[in-house]
Order: sequence, then structure tokens, then C-alpha cells
Amino acid sequence: MATTFEKIATATVGSGGAAYIEFTPIAGDWTDLALYVSTRTTASAVGGNDIISLNGSSSSFSGRRIYGAGSGTPASDTITTWAGFNDANNATASTFGNSSIYFPNYAGSTNKSYSIDTVSETNGTTTYMGLAAGLWSNTAAITTIRLTPDSGNYAQYSTATLYGIKKA
Amino acid sequence: MADTKIIVNCETGEVTEVALTAEEIEQREADRIAYEAQKAEEATNAALRAEQKAGLLARLGITAEEAELLLS
Repeated sequence: MATTFEKIATATVGSGGAAYIEFTPIAGDWTDLALYVSTRTTASAVGGNDIISLNGSSSSFSGRRIYGAGSGTPASDTITTWAGFNDANNATASTFGNSSIYFPNYAGSTNKSYSIDTVSETNGTTTYMGLAAGLWSNTAAITTIRLTPDSGNYAQYSTATLYGIKKA
Repeated sequence: MADTKIIVNCETGEVTEVALTAEEIEQREADRIAYEAQKAEEATNAALRAEQKAGLLARLGITAEEAELLLS
């Protein structure tokens, strides 16, 4: 079965920073969606978190996450709108957190599941990597995806690219 | 502080940088506070659970590793 992986659109944050990045309207032309992000924020911290909303909603999200910090025992917990780790202003200069988020059957009429694979990056003592499975308990087709940092704004050169995957 | 948002039109590929409205700035702050409150609640619950677990192990007089062994 032939499968396509097509870039829908990409965004790069300019010198002024941005409060959030939003993809809209997303047509139902593909089977799945994949969002690849490389983010750094202006927050006064080493790292932070990307937060997701779908179709303008931040409710009815649930999920599980496992994560590690490069030392110590990895941990697991529950998530709601968490969408990955980012680098913040105190991380090594010019480094970014990287995440991929995969949305299967995003235009279907069932609740929307997704998976997250994420790492932060800094040449310090602590950096994070995580895997998560999320669920948006909503049967609407996903037409808008927004990513927001939990603190500060997205810094220059942060990028987000949305791909559509089509099964022929 | 950037009070702008980046909107990517997936039909045209056009990327625009738009100033946040006053309502959006208020909503962003409300969302941030709500998220921090949620994380604080989760941390409190985790600490409480760890405290309860430690108390239970102390009452039983066994270590966490011994408790795991019992449950395996």
C-alpha cells in the first residue's frame, strides 16, 4: 500500500517571538497528521513544556507519560494538555527542544488519540526525554492545532511543521 | 514580551504574525495560571501519596524493595 508523507505547512518564529503557533484550517485530506516542532522559549529557566489545544479546546484531554532527566530513576505520571519539552532561556545557547506528535485518524468521528516523542537539549546536568500517549475525548475532526509554551514566549528560530500522511 | 501569535493557514501555506487582542492576552494569563495550579495540585498529590507510602512501610516495618517483592 503506497503511503504519502506530505508537508502541509511550516512556521518559523521571527525576532519578536510569539505567544503561540497555530495551524488552521486543517483539511481532512489525509489519514494521519504528524507535527514536528523545535522550540525554545524566553522563560527564565533551563526548560519548559509545550501545551496543546485542539480546535480551540483545552478540555477533555487525558494521557500518560514516562520521562527521564538523564540521571536518577525515570518517572511516569498523567498528562492533560502537555505536548513535550522545550528549551528555555537558560539552556545552552542555540539549543532547542524537539518533539514529534502523531495524530492517527485525525479527521474521523471517534475520540482523538495521539503520541508524543520529545527531548530537550542542553549541555548541562539535566535534560529531559519523554514519551506520552494522549487522548482528546472529542469526536470532532481536528481542524486547528495550537502549541503554546507554559511560560514565556517562543523564541526566534523556533519552528513547527505539520505533515499529512495519506494511505493510498 | 511578544504579544503576537503565529497563524499558519494550512490551505494556502501563508504564515502571518498577528497581535494578540486584549481578550487573548487575558485568556493567555488565565490559561497560564490554570496550568500552574494544575501542576501544583499534581505535585501536592504526588507528595501526599509518597508520604502515605512511607508511613505505611514504616508501620509494616519493611522497605520499599521488600514491598515490591511481596507484590511481585
